[in-house]
Amino acid sequence: MVELMIKNEENKTVKTSAPFIGEGQKVFEKNTVFQSKNFNLWYGDHHALKDINLDIKENEVTAIIGPSGCGKSTYIKALNRMVELVPIVKTNGEVNYRGRNIFGSDYEVEELRTRVGMVFQKPNPFPKSIYDNIAYGPRIHGIKNKKILDEIVEKSLRGAAIWDEVKDRLNQNAYGLSGGQQQRICIARCLAIEPDVILMDEPTSALDPISTLKVEELVQELKDNYSIIIVTHNMQQAARISDKTAFFLNGEVVEFDHTDKIFSTPRDQRTEDYISGRFG
Amino acid sequence: MKYMNDTVVMKRMKSRLQVNKVWKTIFIIATSVALLALIVLLVRIVTQGTGYLNWDFFNNFGSRFAEKAGIKAALVGSIYLMLVIAPVSMILGVGTAIYLEEYAKKNKFTDFIQMNISNLAGVPSIVFGLLGLTIFARMLFLGKSILAAGLTMSLLILPVIIVAAQEAIRAVPKEQREASYGMGATKWQTITRVVLPAAIPGILTGSILALSRAVGETAPLVVLGIPVILQFLPDGLLSEFTTLPLQIYDWAKRPQEEFQFVAAAGIIVLMVLLVIMNSIAIFIRNKFQKRY
Repeated sequence: MVELMIKNEENKTVKTSAPFIGEGQKVFEKNTVFQSKNFNLWYGDHHALKDINLDIKENEVTAIIGPSGCGKSTYIKALNRMVELVPIVKTNGEVNYRGRNIFGSDYEVEELRTRVGMVFQKPNPFPKSIYDNIAYGPRIHGIKNKKILDEIVEKSLRGAAIWDEVKDRLNQNAYGLSGGQQQRICIARCLAIEPDVILMDEPTSALDPISTLKVEELVQELKDNYSIIIVTHNMQQAARISDKTAFFLNGEVVEFDHTDKIFSTPRDQRTEDYISGRFG
Repeated sequence: MKYMNDTVVMKRMKSRLQVNKVWKTIFIIATSVALLALIVLLVRIVTQGTGYLNWDFFNNFGSRFAEKAGIKAALVGSIYLMLVIAPVSMILGVGTAIYLEEYAKKNKFTDFIQMNISNLAGVPSIVFGLLGLTIFARMLFLGKSILAAGLTMSLLILPVIIVAAQEAIRAVPKEQREASYGMGATKWQTITRVVLPAAIPGILTGSILALSRAVGETAPLVVLGIPVILQFLPDGLLSEFTTLPLQIYDWAKRPQEEFQFVAAAGIIVLMVLLVIMNSIAIFIRNKFQKRY
């Protein structure tokens, strides 16, 4: 462990292979939401993320692809420090959210997660009514006024394109909904805390194709107001919905670029092998 | 070459089925023994005791005369005792379970605590009686009061409640906690709004079953020197009192035959009390069980 850390310190100055935005794509500069600088993460002795350098811009959909065990889920869970629920996790390097290191000692994890919402792989509504599910976030942040809560619930459900399907049964248990509806309830629940960034960890892997399509359309709509980072094992999905794509392999970022570039003219041979289905 | 020769297989079939039948019979006998013992016990007690079950039995204090003996003091004492045990053991037990499951880091120290709690559940109740006598009765000068006995009994069932509550808390899926933490909820908010609502049926079931064990327990009370016959009702937590099992014990050891019948009547009351408590536990479990 000690040896690895020293090595990283040395590499810091040498390492310039940080992924960039593709050349010739001069667009106006968007603000960076997440900036990872030589970020490393270990599960015990397992070095799960190695020197990650990534700049994630606002109001974009950033897809993270890669084979199983490449660290893509670990990375997204590091962005809201959800990885810390695993007791043996150690990190070094920086992940800056809007310029502030989220692993800094003065950063309260509750504050971070209020700004950076998350949608999980398996739909995980609470065993409560649809209304209480959506109102959960606002309530924990101290909103008690019934009228305001009503408004937030409606706005969030509309935002997640599920209002029309559930408006007549807001008091019914969310478990009565289909898997696809549950996942959109979870997205609505995430919108209710009005986050800045939405992290999505393979949000459609447990859903049927039609529900998947609905969630994908939703992601497209949401990016006008939110920055979205989505982990997916489905390359077509990444190609369909994302603006930029990062390809992870064995805990490293192999390539990060505009999605159309990644899928048409990848610079790295390994990226090409992966997207053309030669492994993974 | 076929390995499964039909004639050989058929020949073996018979003996396999036979062995199966033999074991099935053994298990049925094993079950019947327990069942039979229970039936004999119940029949004996009910036939002996029902004659003495009337209003006077509930309304009379203990007496030298079997016809006048009643369980008023014992029944009220048992209920008072429960009123001390239930809040004390549940607050301490659930608090410990929450700490161990949600807050404590997994390390050698918490492993050590965990192991000791599990072991405590197996410590004989008389040992808890001695502990109660030393600490509550003597050091804290609580004597033979309801409070002293209640605290002793709380310690006795604490390990059972802790383990039951831990299991109930552990059964709440981690996805539920993640959802809550993911929205910026604190640990406390997650515990009160997500974990406990889902775990409470399990916690209550375990607690009620533990409580019914405490209600039927005698040994620690004997050690504490709780009187077996009282002619008055307790008037507070520091008052002397007696309980159903103690009263039954006293009647059962008397030489006169009539007192055996009085004891049987007392046992019926105690059993009905325990059946009611266990039914409540089962009702809560079935009614509030959450599915994920």
